[in-house]
Amino acid sequence: MQVKDINDKVSPVFFEKHQRAIYKALEDKHTTIEVDTDDPLSTRMILNMGPQHPATHGVLRVIMELNGEKITKCKLDVGYLHRGVEKIAENKTYQEFMPYTDRMDYLAPYSNNVALCTAVEKIADIPVPLRAQYIRMICCELARISAHLLWLGTMVMDAGAISFFIWTFRERERIYDIFDEVAGHRFTVSHSRIGGVTNDLTPESIQKIKKFIDDFEKELVDWHKLLDKNRIFIDRNQGVGTINHKNGIDIGLTGPTLRATGIAYDLRKVEPYLQYDKVDFMVPTRTEGDNLARYHVRMEEMSESLSIIRQCFEQMPTGPIRTDDAKKAYPSKDEVYYSMEGLIHDFMMTDTGVCPPEGAESYHAVEAPKGELGYYIQSDGTGHPWRLKITSPSFKNLQGLEIIMDGEMVADTVVIIGGVDPVMGEADK
Amino acid sequence: MSNSAEKSQTIIAEIKKAHGDTISDIGENYGYPMVTIKKEYIHSFCSWLKNEAHFSFLVDVFGTDRFTSEDRFEVIYNIFSLRTQTRIFVKTFCSEEDPTVDSVSDIWTSANWNEREVFDMYGIRFNNHPDLRRIYMPEDFEYYPLRKEFPLIGIPGSIDLPNTTPDID
Repeated sequence: MQVKDINDKVSPVFFEKHQRAIYKALEDKHTTIEVDTDDPLSTRMILNMGPQHPATHGVLRVIMELNGEKITKCKLDVGYLHRGVEKIAENKTYQEFMPYTDRMDYLAPYSNNVALCTAVEKIADIPVPLRAQYIRMICCELARISAHLLWLGTMVMDAGAISFFIWTFRERERIYDIFDEVAGHRFTVSHSRIGGVTNDLTPESIQKIKKFIDDFEKELVDWHKLLDKNRIFIDRNQGVGTINHKNGIDIGLTGPTLRATGIAYDLRKVEPYLQYDKVDFMVPTRTEGDNLARYHVRMEEMSESLSIIRQCFEQMPTGPIRTDDAKKAYPSKDEVYYSMEGLIHDFMMTDTGVCPPEGAESYHAVEAPKGELGYYIQSDGTGHPWRLKITSPSFKNLQGLEIIMDGEMVADTVVIIGGVDPVMGEADK
Repeated sequence: MSNSAEKSQTIIAEIKKAHGDTISDIGENYGYPMVTIKKEYIHSFCSWLKNEAHFSFLVDVFGTDRFTSEDRFEVIYNIFSLRTQTRIFVKTFCSEEDPTVDSVSDIWTSANWNEREVFDMYGIRFNNHPDLRRIYMPEDFEYYPLRKEFPLIGIPGSIDLPNTTPDID
């Protein structure tokens, strides 16, 4: 018998209309199915998933053509979270625009702040004190851990283990508490400033971070024990969503997704920024290019991050946390409250901000948790950028997802999306 | 630092030798080599970059509206060489009357979405692009939002939005 929908299978014996309606509603939930009439066995169909679907990590829409349980081809539809951030940037001063970057990759706001600030510092030639650079590095690595924790929790949940999500979120909560102590905000931190950071790390926050990295190391060991040899987890991820390094480069994958194919492309090594050339760390890579490889890469990145934070604490000097030049960065609040010049400079920084030279254009990229996050700035000599282009890693990885998904099983879609780990806020800008 | 400056000087010399007659301008900009080239030569130059100079990783393609009377739009390619670990920027221009540039998506597949984004935001059409649709905005949107004449608040009524008030009959 040709089965077209659930209603053909069921034979209700009581309240027939009600039962049929409920099965129809079940059938229509999340999915729209079109049956192809040319297909005698009716194994081919179009499946639409998203944009409102809990497993797509935001508002990603995937349209798949299925043959039985296999995805013959798929298309992605992005743009449901497009807010025109680049247009907004052209109408804001550089510092005013920074809070918008928090809302781009909202899982690692600190990396976004640092990416913008370093790009502006490069084009306007603003020096950054050494201590501020180390504070930025520590917080960026904490942001990386926090973003990878969310990936780990949701990806393992997509593979079927619910309780793991709660454990990773417990650790994420501790990182939020640290950011609360450091920046005054838990989520959208906006702690970095052009020319430095807002305020120094307090003794409490240093103590909190140190305690966190000690505890988290033990936690990581436990998670490795739970997942590394877990039969269900491996079966669900090994050989799923495979892409080789040649296709990976060609389609422009970036971040852990590219490193899982065997390319050690990490901007912290390739084009070192801040003080990353002073710390000793490794770039984890795998050659398999499947979901399990991405898992291993990200897990190892988290332990590398811990070691970077430890080295930063050892190397961090004392000193100022923002450049002491009122034409280039905000003056300290002490100056603003107690001197006329400080107040004027504060006003000028808020009103006009830093003005890079006319006609200058420069690119600076950082290694965000998802990959290469770059800002290309073209200046017309005023306090607003003429053009600010954001090179977002999730956008690049999503394009790769279109290739990765072809030929996979439909049941693996959520695991693959979880493994590639796109953030729609960043992909859609 | 001196190492990277050396590497960009090497690549600049290499390009001058091979394409000295087609490029309009070449120089170092904030540490990266930047090549300006007429749009007629962009496809052949890019395939040379990939096949001969090993610039295998296309990071980004994006447009800019310079708002000038001639050569209004600028398309910039951000390409990385994994072998020599250098980055290069290639720039080309097109006019407002004829906003077309040859697509490089047959050289680097990843140019596909980036060129769609440029088309969506600036209305620059890419010749021989396999799938030139808008990427962020819906297909029935008629404007190009990142052009300078497009207002920040948007154009009321340019996009159909679902009714947000509850139906009261």
